Amino acid sequence: MADSIPILQLDDLLLVTIQVDMHDRLALQLQDDLTRQINETGARGVLIDISSLEVVDSFIGRVLGNISAMARVLDAMTVVVGMRPAVAITLVELGLSLEGVHTALNVSKGMALLRRS
Amino acid sequence: MPVSKTSTLPVTEESDIVKVRQAVRTGSLEIKCSLVDQTKVVTAASELARNLLIYGGGGEVRIQILEEGLRRGLRVIFEDHGPGIADIEQALKDGFTSGKGMGLGLGGAKRLVSEFNIVSKVGEGTCITITKWK
Repeated sequence: MADSIPILQLDDLLLVTIQVDMHDRLALQLQDDLTRQINETGARGVLIDISSLEVVDSFIGRVLGNISAMARVLDAMTVVVGMRPAVAITLVELGLSLEGVHTALNVSKGMALLRRS
Repeated sequence: MPVSKTSTLPVTEESDIVKVRQAVRTGSLEIKCSLVDQTKVVTAASELARNLLIYGGGGEVRIQILEEGLRRGLRVIFEDHGPGIADIEQALKDGFTSGKGMGLGLGGAKRLVSEFNIVSKVGEGTCITITKWK
């Protein structure tokens, strides 16, 4: 099992790609690591690629929402990219609004969104 | 209802939730669910497995392949001997949480599956059965 999700820094952006079926603690670890790194690097934007995630349940949804909220407090914008259509459909049915979480179709569009802000 | 296969998984720690997701996905692939239906039933199972652990104090998940004539289905049973749910109707409402959750687990899971059944007795435990028909 992975110890933590790697976070890459690209200028003033932080990039994360979630490639594993995360257990809850790993998701919380990511939340903490990202918050700490935004603070330490002064990053203005966070891009989270979830194109490998086959399932996003309410826990992961909440973690994404938390990351977005914490980033905002630290003056950074979060964009979640690559959500699979089946995941999007399921999230709507589940009733998860992902309020406050910006989304984009892919990494390129996500980066463009972050650069514009 | 003829059950052609059953597998049982204990849920006693966090990593078991991931195992339940994987096992339910395997089951949904076996009955040849559409991708959206696979995602829905695995997501529902993830919610219920987590509830089992956090609120039920741990328990057991049973995954069954059903065959009813030409119809195939996947049934997943979540059973615990935990505190039980006093007010089931309230628990099913969106936004209700007795803990730190978002309150979408029970009601949400119900919306994602074909059949949903919940039996609970305070002080004895809870048993939730979900079925996804292909």
